[in-house]
Amino acid sequence: MKWTHALAAAVLALGLAACQKPKQVQPEPATPSTPSESGEAATSGIGTDTGATAGATSEAQRQALAALQARNIVYFDYDSSEIKPEYDAVVSAHAGYLTRFKTARVRLEGHTDERGSREYNIGLGERRAQTVRRALMLQGVGEGQITTVSYGEERPVAEGSDEGAYSQNRRVELVQVQ
Amino acid sequence: MTKNLHGWARTALAIVAGTALWLGASTAQAQLRLDITQGVRDAVPIAVVPFGGQAEGAATDVAAVVANDLLLSGRFKPLERRDMVTRPTTGAAIRFEDWRLLRSDFIVVGRVEPDAAGLAVTFELFNVQTGQPLLSQRLPSTERGLRATAHRIADLVFERLTGIPGAFSTRIAYVTVDGRPPKQRFRLVVADADGFGPRTITESSEPLMSPAWSPDGQSLAYVSFEGKASAVYVQRLATGERRRVSARLGINGAPAWSPDGRKLALTLSRDANLDVYVLELASQGLTRLTTDGSIDTEPEWSRDGGSVYFTSDRSGSPQVYRIAPTAGQQPQRLTFTNGYNARPRLAPDGLSLALVTLDRGGYRIATFDLKTRNLHVLTDGRQDEAPSFAPNGAAIIYATRSGARGTLAMVSSDGRFQQRLSSDTGDVREPVWSPYPAAPQR
Repeated sequence: MKWTHALAAAVLALGLAACQKPKQVQPEPATPSTPSESGEAATSGIGTDTGATAGATSEAQRQALAALQARNIVYFDYDSSEIKPEYDAVVSAHAGYLTRFKTARVRLEGHTDERGSREYNIGLGERRAQTVRRALMLQGVGEGQITTVSYGEERPVAEGSDEGAYSQNRRVELVQVQ
Repeated sequence: MTKNLHGWARTALAIVAGTALWLGASTAQAQLRLDITQGVRDAVPIAVVPFGGQAEGAATDVAAVVANDLLLSGRFKPLERRDMVTRPTTGAAIRFEDWRLLRSDFIVVGRVEPDAAGLAVTFELFNVQTGQPLLSQRLPSTERGLRATAHRIADLVFERLTGIPGAFSTRIAYVTVDGRPPKQRFRLVVADADGFGPRTITESSEPLMSPAWSPDGQSLAYVSFEGKASAVYVQRLATGERRRVSARLGINGAPAWSPDGRKLALTLSRDANLDVYVLELASQGLTRLTTDGSIDTEPEWSRDGGSVYFTSDRSGSPQVYRIAPTAGQQPQRLTFTNGYNARPRLAPDGLSLALVTLDRGGYRIATFDLKTRNLHVLTDGRQDEAPSFAPNGAAIIYATRSGARGTLAMVSSDGRFQQRLSSDTGDVREPVWSPYPAAPQR
């Protein structure tokens, strides 16, 4: 019963990730990052709900959700809201999940780095979230399954006034909220 | 409390450019500390002599509050107490020769006396060179109102000597953040303009931002994410009562009060695009001002309520525009210098805007003259933002960074005088200066 072990391992990894202090997350390179790194970032997002706690969902859905937790952040270039090719896979993975499980819901949380004025940055964060939203809808996700929120520069994951921190903060987090 | 103030009063008068002074009250709040980073070389030397009738360790040292206010303005250099050989409390007792030797140009003496209804504070202002009396007044007061009376005296002295009304009886609101992401505590705080007596208005584990004083100084509008999405609240300071005035789907942000206090211009994203709207508070009637697909946000009213200034990136990058506050109008672009101009705030005389500009790689505070269209950069930080004018137009408070932390700073409107208001702990941001109090202070 290998898949049970795999599921248990995934749930355990999530649990551990939730307990750890969030470390700095490296921006995703062309290859997807390891589950534990992105898992921490996922739990550092606001109101992240893990599929493991939802009683009504099927085993298959919980498994699919667990796989998603590994990659749920899209990073952006400075002053840009374009989804770079290396993050197409992230968007597709979430689109695949949402089209397969029509009751699933995702919240897209848009963020910016700290430069510039705060309310304008709320706008930039929203623009990024909207880009991901459109990409999901183009892949068949229903409008009613998506909500967006922008935190602008108010919820950074990385502190510091250098490009390292900035690049980690310019992001959209895809938070599956069931 | 008394001990702390005594020490504070003493240090307040250790006046050397660059000396750090403690301003805050002894509450658990992060205190604001004053550091003069760029003193005015021609600051006017003035002696503010300890007032008579003040017991040692009195809760409010009137002369110390007055001297500190004058120092805060950047235009005066109060004489240190320990250099005062004599301590006259009436004009008749002043030997002007003493004070000429100490190189003071002006002197303030006074006394606090019991009165039928409480206390009376009398002060007299003299020109030291000529011995000429310039101003004297007797102000009714109370034990509790003594600090406010001291600020009033500072206002009167300041206006008499500079021609500009003082702003020492006003308040500032700002946001503090403690802790590190993702577990942070946000507070909206109101304090006196000299940093004294910080009081938490609201607090949350979710972001708070964009505080805005109502024109009557009685309420603050602000943005809170406590409902897991942004919403605009209006809170009455005297009662703590608050109303959620906009929690529409999407973004609710950047509230700005109309001059008559009846409307808020704000930013909504009702069709997935940020635009500026006007909300009539009583009726909740909504008027949409911008329809462009760009980010339109950060509205600010003109003095006559006939225009709204705002930030838009419709040209490709953020710039400041002006539009009439009715539906279907075309905005007019105002800023063309530099590739980024945002967050306009009107000067009290209505003739210029303070804004954030990207100047040689740093986000800095600048003033923009609405007539000449000239941009004047005032600060030299990398991350300066959120400018707000004092109600007398003489200074601008803003947010800056000191190392990793957010702190507040002030610059005179002509850029000559700068000071930092740093905090012990936590991050301080988004300062807004209150209007003048509606009624004269007792």
